[in-house]
Amino acid sequence: MNKKLNVSASPHVRSKDSTSSIMRDVVIAMVPAAVLGIFNAFKMGTSVGINAILIIAVCIAVSVLAEYVYEKGMKKPITIGDYSAAVTGLILALNMPPYIAPWIPAIGCVFAIVIVKQLYGGLGQNFMNPALAGRCFLLISFAGPMTQFFADGVSAATPLAELKANGLASMLGQYSLTDMATGMIPGTIGETSAIALLVGAAYMLYKKVISWRIPVTYIATVAVFALIFGADGMFNFQYMLAHVLGGGLIFGAFFMATDYVTSPITPNGQIVFGICLGLLTGIFRIFGGSAEGVSYAIIFCNLLVPLIEKFTMPVPFGKEKK
Amino acid sequence: MNLATFKGGTHPYDGKDLSKDRPVKVVLPKGELVYAMSQHLGAPSKPIVNKGDHILMGQRIAEASAFISAHICSSVSGTVKAIEPRLLPGGNMCQCIIVENDGKYEAVEGFGEKRDYTKLSKDEIRAMVKDAGIVGMGGAGFPNHVKITPKDDNAIDYVLVNAAECEPYLTSDYRMMLEQPERIIGGLKIMLQLFDKAQGVIGIEDNKPDCIELLTKMTANEPRISVQPLKTKYPQGAERALINACTGRKVHSAILPADMGCVVDNVDTVISIYNAVAESTPLIRRIVTITGDCVKAPQNFEVKTGTNYAELVEEAGGLTCEPEKVISGGPMMGKALFDINVPVTKTSSALLFMSHDDVAAMEPTACIRCGRCVDACPSNLVPQIMIQYAERNDIEGFKRVGGMECYECGSCTFVCPAKRRLTQAFAQARAEGRKRK
Repeated sequence: MNKKLNVSASPHVRSKDSTSSIMRDVVIAMVPAAVLGIFNAFKMGTSVGINAILIIAVCIAVSVLAEYVYEKGMKKPITIGDYSAAVTGLILALNMPPYIAPWIPAIGCVFAIVIVKQLYGGLGQNFMNPALAGRCFLLISFAGPMTQFFADGVSAATPLAELKANGLASMLGQYSLTDMATGMIPGTIGETSAIALLVGAAYMLYKKVISWRIPVTYIATVAVFALIFGADGMFNFQYMLAHVLGGGLIFGAFFMATDYVTSPITPNGQIVFGICLGLLTGIFRIFGGSAEGVSYAIIFCNLLVPLIEKFTMPVPFGKEKK
Repeated sequence: MNLATFKGGTHPYDGKDLSKDRPVKVVLPKGELVYAMSQHLGAPSKPIVNKGDHILMGQRIAEASAFISAHICSSVSGTVKAIEPRLLPGGNMCQCIIVENDGKYEAVEGFGEKRDYTKLSKDEIRAMVKDAGIVGMGGAGFPNHVKITPKDDNAIDYVLVNAAECEPYLTSDYRMMLEQPERIIGGLKIMLQLFDKAQGVIGIEDNKPDCIELLTKMTANEPRISVQPLKTKYPQGAERALINACTGRKVHSAILPADMGCVVDNVDTVISIYNAVAESTPLIRRIVTITGDCVKAPQNFEVKTGTNYAELVEEAGGLTCEPEKVISGGPMMGKALFDINVPVTKTSSALLFMSHDDVAAMEPTACIRCGRCVDACPSNLVPQIMIQYAERNDIEGFKRVGGMECYECGSCTFVCPAKRRLTQAFAQARAEGRKRK
């Protein structure tokens, strides 16, 4: 024993999980949805398929680059190795219609990384989900291309837009619930296939990257809300399923609402958060002006997180009231 | 099997295979013996011998100086060489009695005499435990005679033997359960003699099925003793977690286990009680696991208290590689040593040599609020919020979010993917919080 010994406070061992291994698992979990999204884009035409691949590549590259350039410029430690910027880029890309010009999401990525994430202190400090803030920024700035969808080469409404405009029967005439589960519907690259998203979600649950609390309470609340306040009468299960499967709910619930930084850390707070999300999404979709409501519901509830945490602090072991 | 457990916790690599199959080997000291005056919780003991005195094995060389304090007995016969400050495993200097071993092991009169403990009164038993200088040998070192003297004996309805040994790498309790189960049961029976209304429960993690089987068989005809298999999970052996698993009761920082009708002692403490009461032998030995990937022959030793750690390394065949870190105790709650020339104390449990130090290899990064610390905390706290107060040194805020309920088990720090050093900040904040009470 000639070398000097390391001395530090206990514990002296650490688990293998790291920020980058978690982020890598999130990326892996989005692969099925991304692959299916690209496949569906190719069915609309080779150029659309290539464009979808381009959007994903550009978003990831621009997000990572934006983080690198900002941190380099600010003389901060470079943190692109934790893959969190790549995750932001990928989520934003999967939130884009497959035919949009890639420079539009690229602007969204820069906004997400620089304005929403880095200006507030970088990873762990942003109060709003960067990818969703980026998406909402684009929705407002480029409302046309962001909300225009096509099917078989002609302009088409998404199931939820059709549902809102012309009712359940008209929507079911165009799309079956099976189409919604498999993703054969107009929508953004990543949101359309419930099955592909659930495969990824199952992977994250299995790897304990996320817990069931937020996504399950969120989806259940939307379902109950749609059953009660549905435009086609109470307890219409097809209407409820259309709301669960036909839009961005499953993608939002498992991949965006569960963002660690912008969701409550307390277990009960996560349940409250899920319920708030569900209520807001239901209100936005059924009573609001737009057909979709997931993105706005999530970024709005992000703002409630400190408040929710404050009121849901767990009682320490042994201090419970008898 | 009916597995009991607690909420929270984690599963670090347990490393017990290195040493679990090696029987306990008795090792005699080669060099001088060093007896620290502070090897227990509470006031330091007061030396009652002087430099040059000839002392015998088992002789009391320092006495308890306060209500919460303990006697210290010599583990060898020889001469008092000096009384001076020496380095302890905790990294602090402490007044120590240094004894030159004459190698004869001449014992005080009556040492090792067998006694029929069933004929002893409660007061006699308590006096014997106090005279033997027994302290909690699981790590905290709480003077045992205080622990077994609650306000009301009849209010105690559980005597728990903590045989979880949840700390990774440690195998000393495991070996003792296999090698001296009759002493564990004997020690427990002595404790049950103090508490007429109590049930004896031996809590063992289910990664030691052989111990569960053996002790269940041996206690089959003991109506007051049962064996409780526990789920293998760190920190199952923490006092509060053990009580919760075995009895469903919840002890928090403001009360003692005795307030909830429980007295808890770990395996080696119970054996020491048996040795003191039934065999007139004070606490002068300790079972220590020498282990880690740098040790040539990891194994378990029975050593005299006061023995230099370095001697044990030689006894285990020396080191095969350069260690980055040496830990007194286990990797979750043990203390890192900068010098292994420190004495074995009453609370030493292991000496762990690791060729790789996770802490140095993993720099903390930004918290991503993943909540793993919340899931791991056995005290149902939110370490992610506590750390914000602790780092700002806002002790009031730290207390408000339950910081004082932390018992520094290290689970949150172990699971943190950002490798943040939570536990050390909590230890500091808690120490500050106790001062400002």
